[in-house]
Amino acid sequence: MMYISERFNNWLLQKAWRLHPHQIEMLETSQRPAQLLIAPTGAGKTLAGFLPSLCELETTSGNGLHTLYISPLKALAADIKRNLMLPIGELGLQVGVEDRTGDTSSHVKRRQRAAPPDILLTTPESLAILTSYEDAPRIFAGLQRVIVDEIHALYESKRGDQLMLALSRILGLVPDLRRVGLSATVENPKAIANFLTAGSKICPIHTADTGPPPNIKMLDVLENLPWSGAGGRYAIKNVLDQVNKHKTTLIFHNTRAQAEIFFHHLWLANEEALPIALHHGSLDKQQRHRVESAMIQGQLRAVVCTGSLDLGIDWGDVDLVVQIGAPKNVKRLVQRIGRANHRYNAPSKAIIVPANRFETVECVAALEAVHENDLDGEPKGPGPLDVLCQHILLVACSGPFHPDTLFQEVCSTGSYDTLTRKDFDECLEFCTNGGYALRQYDRWQRLILHPDGRYALRDPRSALRIRLNVGTIQDTDTLKVRLQKQKGGKPLGEIEEGFAATLTRGDTFLIGGEVVRFESLREMTVEVSRRPDKQPKIATFMGTKFTTSTLLCDRILARFAQKNWTGLPTETIKWLELQSSVSRLPMPDSLLLETFPRQNRHHLCIYGFVGRNAQQTLGLLITKQLEKRNLGPLGFVATDYATLIWALDPIDDPKSLFALDDLEHGLEHWLSENAFMKRSFKSVATISGLIERNMPGQRKSGRQATFSSDIIYETLRKYDPDHLMMRVTKTEAMTGLVDFARIRKMLLSVGDNIEHKRLRCLSPLSAPLFLEAGRVPVEGQAVDRLIEQEAEALMSEAGST
Amino acid sequence: MEGYQFTLAGTSLTALGSGALFWPEKRLLCVSDLHLGKADRMMRRGGPMLPPYEVRDTLMRLEADIFSSQAEIIVCLGDSFDDLQAEKSLRNEELLWITRLQAGRSWIWIEGNHDPGPIDMGGTHLQILPIPPLSFRHIPSLGESGEIAGHFHPKVQLKLQGRFISKPCFLLDSDRLVLPAYGTFTGGLKTQSVELSSLMGLEALAILTGKQVDAVPMPRL
Repeated sequence: MMYISERFNNWLLQKAWRLHPHQIEMLETSQRPAQLLIAPTGAGKTLAGFLPSLCELETTSGNGLHTLYISPLKALAADIKRNLMLPIGELGLQVGVEDRTGDTSSHVKRRQRAAPPDILLTTPESLAILTSYEDAPRIFAGLQRVIVDEIHALYESKRGDQLMLALSRILGLVPDLRRVGLSATVENPKAIANFLTAGSKICPIHTADTGPPPNIKMLDVLENLPWSGAGGRYAIKNVLDQVNKHKTTLIFHNTRAQAEIFFHHLWLANEEALPIALHHGSLDKQQRHRVESAMIQGQLRAVVCTGSLDLGIDWGDVDLVVQIGAPKNVKRLVQRIGRANHRYNAPSKAIIVPANRFETVECVAALEAVHENDLDGEPKGPGPLDVLCQHILLVACSGPFHPDTLFQEVCSTGSYDTLTRKDFDECLEFCTNGGYALRQYDRWQRLILHPDGRYALRDPRSALRIRLNVGTIQDTDTLKVRLQKQKGGKPLGEIEEGFAATLTRGDTFLIGGEVVRFESLREMTVEVSRRPDKQPKIATFMGTKFTTSTLLCDRILARFAQKNWTGLPTETIKWLELQSSVSRLPMPDSLLLETFPRQNRHHLCIYGFVGRNAQQTLGLLITKQLEKRNLGPLGFVATDYATLIWALDPIDDPKSLFALDDLEHGLEHWLSENAFMKRSFKSVATISGLIERNMPGQRKSGRQATFSSDIIYETLRKYDPDHLMMRVTKTEAMTGLVDFARIRKMLLSVGDNIEHKRLRCLSPLSAPLFLEAGRVPVEGQAVDRLIEQEAEALMSEAGST
Repeated sequence: MEGYQFTLAGTSLTALGSGALFWPEKRLLCVSDLHLGKADRMMRRGGPMLPPYEVRDTLMRLEADIFSSQAEIIVCLGDSFDDLQAEKSLRNEELLWITRLQAGRSWIWIEGNHDPGPIDMGGTHLQILPIPPLSFRHIPSLGESGEIAGHFHPKVQLKLQGRFISKPCFLLDSDRLVLPAYGTFTGGLKTQSVELSSLMGLEALAILTGKQVDAVPMPRL
């Protein structure tokens, strides 16, 4: 083999390993300025990334930093270190590998700056800080390669933009730096390559063989599927059977609360006491580590988990993946499926469990998309300005800079290649004096302009504060949960502060699969006691709520249009047929509205198919309009597909409610006083350095921060509504929680094609909306039975036999 | 004046929704913890650059209270300035604004822990203001009665029909009244804190600020 030395060849022979074609290609093109590898999980992506570095380091180690590895997960950096040390040891190489994350001690960090290892494994936040030191030129001198792992995940978040900005700094110092991106299977590899190299055509894209198609199906026991809900509890026995039949099973859920509830009931039904564990982002770190290592050692038969296991670590012998609830997004489903059978070239085995009747349609549509390899993805917007503000401050920490040079450097990244000078200058001004219409801080500017045209920190000591504040992921303010009794009781995990605040002594909730009783809130810790005998009263958690992707919504509508029922259970088909005879099925490029009376209320059902966030926003905007028309709207509920509104008076002309101009106008009005805006503002203000996250020596308590960010928001709204922060906040909310962009797109493609069905009673498709809880439902058999009875009654009312 | 009326040491007083206290008999208006110049002080110390509108926002609300109550005596109950230098950072029009409000009224600055010393500004500077049967001071002292104080920025948290609400509040027991912070850039201390739970008697009420001024038993530790 041409590209590797004798020593490597012997090592491979000894292990009886043969390099995959994509690993060889990565070696062949390793001297190119950039490379991108697209490979499914288990295809030896990491080795493909590191092999060229190891080959080069065989002869050149010990000369400072050679390779920088960046991962979105701290845990992944630590894991990769273990995985790298093995071949390095076996090969007898003298290569130093160290990780540097938020968990690394300041002593080690100092030493790393003085004497960098050959290979440094880090995260975007830690890298951003590393570039902000005055001695950055010395640290990065001689750097040869940078490997960005899981770049598809970074691409979709602000952390990716932050990373590209940090890399632009390093490229300024070492222009010959070679960039390597490692990505899971994505719909648009070119977009990722452009992101890595800012559109220069220097980046060969290698695609690994995707292996045999996955063996994936919907759970076939689908009698008595519930009408609503998202937990999939009805399938617990079937899931247990499957766990029994397989070596190791991963059971994915879409939210942490659902994972908790499912885990709890799984154990109640787990008569054989199969070793099954729970893993999600709100659990205590040590507990997660215990689960991970038990998993690697093959001690577990199953893990109930959430997105916390979407990325990273190789999971040994997983031979089955179960997805509970509609997958919402095809790409994520594919990545989750890839968790099974980590041996390359063996088909992954997966089962999807729809949580309710409508989800069978989404599951079938998703399965079809997986087989056709049709992946969803929204085009990435321009790099956000709050991240740019943070970057400007970090650059200032490293020393004086010239704005023209910095502007050019920023524009050379894949995230900010369309940035205007006007926006850049506004960000610079924000960093310099706050950018307020009222010039107040002339004496206390953060940056001062030198006569030579360069900007510098007024007070060099402020660099410490700026570095402490770095980060683009907004942590929700969380409180640790501990068992009471002994001093420093066992930590169980974390809950959202807002949730903790609603608890009163005696309330029971689920965490880490245990029912605990709230005892007291002491400083930043929630003290609880174990109460296994009790039913948990409450279960809410933070964590992302996924919204169904445009691709999946379109596929569902297309199936409706073709009356394509293949793969659907008979019950679902009957239900859809009934809908189509009583009313109509929703269709592509049209908007179906239904109005009907029920129990002294008048209802409007909007089948927008624009995802939960946007359907929620539609509910808010349309009820405002109804308010204006004095129709007495009483409330609404939203799912990923539809919004149901109820009012005191009949809604006779619902079509006229959907004029885009009116909705946009209403949005302006409503947005400014909205809680979503305040939440977005908090995140934007923290990233851009308007609010400090960490103070040297003390952590600001979450409650105080919440309070003051709302006050700052209100103050700006009152006195400086056009301030940069307000502008960024609005942009953010429009695509994120408010997601008006999707409503606009839908209304534009629908045009006049709005169909209003006036019904005498509710329609089959609207029936489940009456059962939708709006939040994860509270536990209890009685509730389930009531819902079930109610469902039957609703259905017979709708004409079902 | 609308608000919550109560008696302390036999004196009729009104807690206003704005967070100010009115004593009708003396035409006295009392506000606590204005923290004027807070944004500037944070910036001066290398902290974040908060929007510089906090002084005018606080003064605007104070002016409205003075006009509508037609108060003749104004008592600022300490921590009126975020530190002794903050006063110098006030803009000219803001200083003039304060002077305008002072004209024709007697104005008392009580010292607080943030502004422990004379400020270069009109009005009387005192550590304690006794107007029997009441006495005004910044930090409450145990064992006193008929005391009007501030310092703690009390706020109350209530669960209302599943919704969680947090508001600055007055705290009232048979011995004293603690005022909420009046300044725009101020946070709050929960009534369940050790400090407030041990300070206030078991019968204490929390009087909520806001459009409708209601009292509830003070939630405690």
